[in-house]
Amino acid sequence: MASKLIKDYFRTDKLPHIWCPGCGHGILMRSVAQAIDNLGLDKDKVCIVSGIGCSSRAPGYMDFNTLHTTHGRALAFATGVKLARPELEVIVVTGDGDCAAIGGNHLIHAARRNINITTVVFNNNIYGMTGGQYSPTTPTNEFGTTAPYGNIDKPFDIPALAGAAGATYTARGTAYHAKQLTKLVEKGIKNKGFSLIEGISICPTYYGRKNKKGSAVDMMNWLKDNAVDIKVAEKLPKEKLEGKFLIGEFKNTTEPEYTEEYMKIIERFQKER
Amino acid sequence: MSKAIEKKANLQIKRDLCKGCKICVQFCPKDVLTMEGGKVKIKDIEKCIECGLCELRCPDYAIFLGGSEDEE
Ligand SMILES: Cc1ncc(C[n+]2csc(CCOP(=O)(O)OP(=O)(O)O)c2C)c(N)n1
Ligand code: SF4
Ligand code: SF4
Ligand code: SF4
Ligand SMILES: [Mg+2]
Repeated sequence: MASKLIKDYFRTDKLPHIWCPGCGHGILMRSVAQAIDNLGLDKDKVCIVSGIGCSSRAPGYMDFNTLHTTHGRALAFATGVKLARPELEVIVVTGDGDCAAIGGNHLIHAARRNINITTVVFNNNIYGMTGGQYSPTTPTNEFGTTAPYGNIDKPFDIPALAGAAGATYTARGTAYHAKQLTKLVEKGIKNKGFSLIEGISICPTYYGRKNKKGSAVDMMNWLKDNAVDIKVAEKLPKEKLEGKFLIGEFKNTTEPEYTEEYMKIIERFQKER
Repeated sequence: MSKAIEKKANLQIKRDLCKGCKICVQFCPKDVLTMEGGKVKIKDIEKCIECGLCELRCPDYAIFLGGSEDEE
């Protein structure tokens, strides 16, 4: 009734999912499941946490321990889960609005603590669920229902933001480059610390329509033509990178991890008892 | 409705899951697929090289390699 991957890791009775035709979120969600499968993780030892948004609906379809929380608070709940059950592999699925607007503070502080959580942002440059309001990643001069004359804000670079705040692993992939995204999510999960992987999604219904980006296929072609791998970009002259965006691994370092540091304190006092 | 199509390459389609976005059709390197009645259809299975790109990028998990009929 479905491919092995889908049968093994999804609640198939909940399919088809609610996402629009051509929505990139389905591709990204599959990549996350593929990464978990490639790592051979025990399903019962994985907890997937989300906030609110189209993207945040993902855990409803994924057959793991799952937690669908409140808007912007996925990382706050995930931090609680991780501290209570450090043996769990905690993965947050969130949107650009969920993690960089209302949840922006939770994001920078989770990153600062370097807590062992892997965050996968489904970035479609818009608030999809609520009908196309601009988000912190809507490019300058583009349109949203709340930016009818064009957005005057500058967009966040979410992996750069997380990296600057202290995340030890940051990367970006896209719905078109789904195989690479799977690898990046795998590496993010393996990193012992806070990992942030941005998956550039496509929202043909709101972001696409508002900005005349064409069909889902047109938007996938745009990702194909405008994403440049960071390793390739290093060898390209600046002019060639005009209007392009980078994908690949941006940061991969090692720092003390929050739950381990926390446990050290607990152990210290337990010994003294 | 959700009858699996099994031919030379073991490419299966779940028409009830397909939302007709055409992503698989467009990015199939061998032009194996087409659309019919707003849903994906196999045009020429002989050309399929089982690369799995359709499965990789289908947002709705409606097309995939492998599996068998008796799972229905
Ligand atoms: C506290 C609160 N404020 C606002 C909302 C309304 N709301 C629901 S989803 C959403 C934005 C979602 O955008 P994003 O995280 O980018 O997800 P997408 O739908 O684009 O995948 C907003 C503002 C809410 N549910 N709760
Ligand atoms: S509104 Fe946009 S993000 Fe939400 S399901 Fe539709 S295409 Fe996807
Ligand atoms: S497996 Fe590859 S060649 Fe075969 S239909 Fe899918 S994309 Fe085309
Ligand atoms: S990619 Fe999936 S949903 Fe889109 S047309 Fe192909 S089979 Fe249908
Ligand atoms: Mg969004």
